[in-house]
Amino acid sequence: MSSTAALPGRLRYGNRDRVMVTPEGIALPLTLASRGSRAGALMLDLIFVGMLMFMTTIALLWIAGGTLDLIAKAEQPTAAGHALQFLFILWIAAMFLFRNAYFLFFELGPRGATPGKRITGIRIAARDGGRLTAEMVIARNLLRDIELFLPLVFLASASDGGDMGAAGIAATAWFLIFAFFPFFNHDRLRAGDLIAGSWVVEAPKRRLEAAMSARDAAAAADARPAFAFSEAELAVYGEYELQTLERVLRENRAEAMAAVHAAICRKLGRPAEETGDHRAFLEAYYTQLRARLEAGMRMGRRKADKFA
Amino acid sequence: MASQPDFTAIQAAALRSDRFRLEREADWKRLEAIVGRMERGRLRSLSDEDVLALPVLYRTVASSLSIARETSLDAATLAYLEALVQRAWFIVYGPRASLGSWLRRFLGGGWSASVRAIWLDILVALAVMVAGTVVGWLLVAGDSEWYHALVPGQFADSRVPGASREALRDTLFGNQDQNALAAFAAYLFSNNAQVSILAFALGFAFGVPSLMLLVHNTAVLGAMLWLYHGAGLTLDFVAWLSVHGTTELFAILLSGAAGLHIGRSMAFPGQRSVMQAAAEAGRRSAQVMTGVVLMLVVAAGLEGFARQLIDDTPGRLLVGGAMLLFWLAYFFAFRRRGEGGEAP
Repeated sequence: MSSTAALPGRLRYGNRDRVMVTPEGIALPLTLASRGSRAGALMLDLIFVGMLMFMTTIALLWIAGGTLDLIAKAEQPTAAGHALQFLFILWIAAMFLFRNAYFLFFELGPRGATPGKRITGIRIAARDGGRLTAEMVIARNLLRDIELFLPLVFLASASDGGDMGAAGIAATAWFLIFAFFPFFNHDRLRAGDLIAGSWVVEAPKRRLEAAMSARDAAAAADARPAFAFSEAELAVYGEYELQTLERVLRENRAEAMAAVHAAICRKLGRPAEETGDHRAFLEAYYTQLRARLEAGMRMGRRKADKFA
Repeated sequence: MASQPDFTAIQAAALRSDRFRLEREADWKRLEAIVGRMERGRLRSLSDEDVLALPVLYRTVASSLSIARETSLDAATLAYLEALVQRAWFIVYGPRASLGSWLRRFLGGGWSASVRAIWLDILVALAVMVAGTVVGWLLVAGDSEWYHALVPGQFADSRVPGASREALRDTLFGNQDQNALAAFAAYLFSNNAQVSILAFALGFAFGVPSLMLLVHNTAVLGAMLWLYHGAGLTLDFVAWLSVHGTTELFAILLSGAAGLHIGRSMAFPGQRSVMQAAAEAGRRSAQVMTGVVLMLVVAAGLEGFARQLIDDTPGRLLVGGAMLLFWLAYFFAFRRRGEGGEAP
């Protein structure tokens, strides 16, 4: 799944890019989440969980305070005692749920991401391209206990009183092993991801359709063939250059277009006019080059770049 | 939503790939709208037709992407289609939305099937637990100083070597009027649940720490068993323990076995890659572990209430034995017809 050789050169493939094959057999490019954004997401989630725990505790303490007042006044202290006991049970259950169910609840939703992950724009997915199952989410989150909570609790109790004994060193080593686990494997998996068969990827960005900016103008240019290029002139460039040209046209910056216009004219051996409609020239060249290259594609001939 | 592009616009497009795109754009836009609404969590606002259309549209757009990759050089369209197919893929192959249906499948066969799937690990873990108990017993029998090393302080209040028979008997019977039973049960549950999650998660280190945790916990049991045996209260102690112990020890056994299962799959992956083996074992064990948490809820309830309320040995044995029988029957005798191991 890590072979990037078969990919179209259109996208820049860095070491975070992977190809996932869907059950329909379509190869989709995925970008693994960066370690920084994952750490950021975890921090945010821990802050959220901490705030939830804190607020629940405060609310329950407040209720308990009211109950204690009741005990002082009431004739029947046992009933109020039961109420206190109930509050205590509620507190234990809430703490257990926040610690264990917060991540589960959000990652099982349609977005596959906790609020922290959503803010940093990442989500979890199944590594094999199949369905993300409840078991995967459960497994990856149960492992969080030994990766994070346990060594931290251990560390807090070991370093109690200021001196770090052997236990403190062991807890630190434990914590560091798991914290740096994503640095020591190809797919940046943490231990939980490894066990669950999941990975964390960037949620696809919402690229709205800005395409076809070239189309209307191209159609217009077709109507008045101010710029017609010969077969030889079109054979100079390949797909890579076509897509660079497309990017330049989309960005629509005058100086960039002037520079590209000059470069193309030099290559084609045409006299470069200093003035004139650079954009119309480039659009016409883009359309005709694309028509030529796509016709070649249909015949099974592809030209990757100008060197091909 | 984009209106269907009129015929003339399609014809006017200079390139064949642009015509291809204009003809299909409406479907793409519709899928994008549906996916966008689902991503924002507005499932209610979707009409039934949209929900039904989602998988069809997903396949349509996926096939558009395949064709576009072979015929079009419009980088923007390709990037858009890739992002759209990926977003739709996340939804179509996302987690099943309904937690209820998952729970029903889990209780109605999924859990017991995955427990049966790790039977070998359960046997190993059981052997380790028995061995741990024996070791605890033998250690304390050899030198009673071991008792203080093994048994944590909270249990060693009046239950120490040399305590009188009456003092020991008092710890087993006559605690009915304890007030904080329910709170105690909740505390026990939270505590035990973390311990068994630990036993499971430690399986990651090839299962060895899971086994050590099992040995340590059962050595405590063996030591206490020795103590009560010395006072001639063996049966009473076993009965006292069995009320919740059959459920709790079973749960600890399962969590240890789940951890061991992961460790064993990673150490001996067979034909699969280590990663794949770990992932498969992890998913199976996660299902077992969800059940373990449920069992611990039951155990805490039994420990907090039933044990203190039933104050005679035969009654306690009856409850404990019944629970053990129930779990055994549920895991090993209860099978769905046509059930094919793991749930899809």
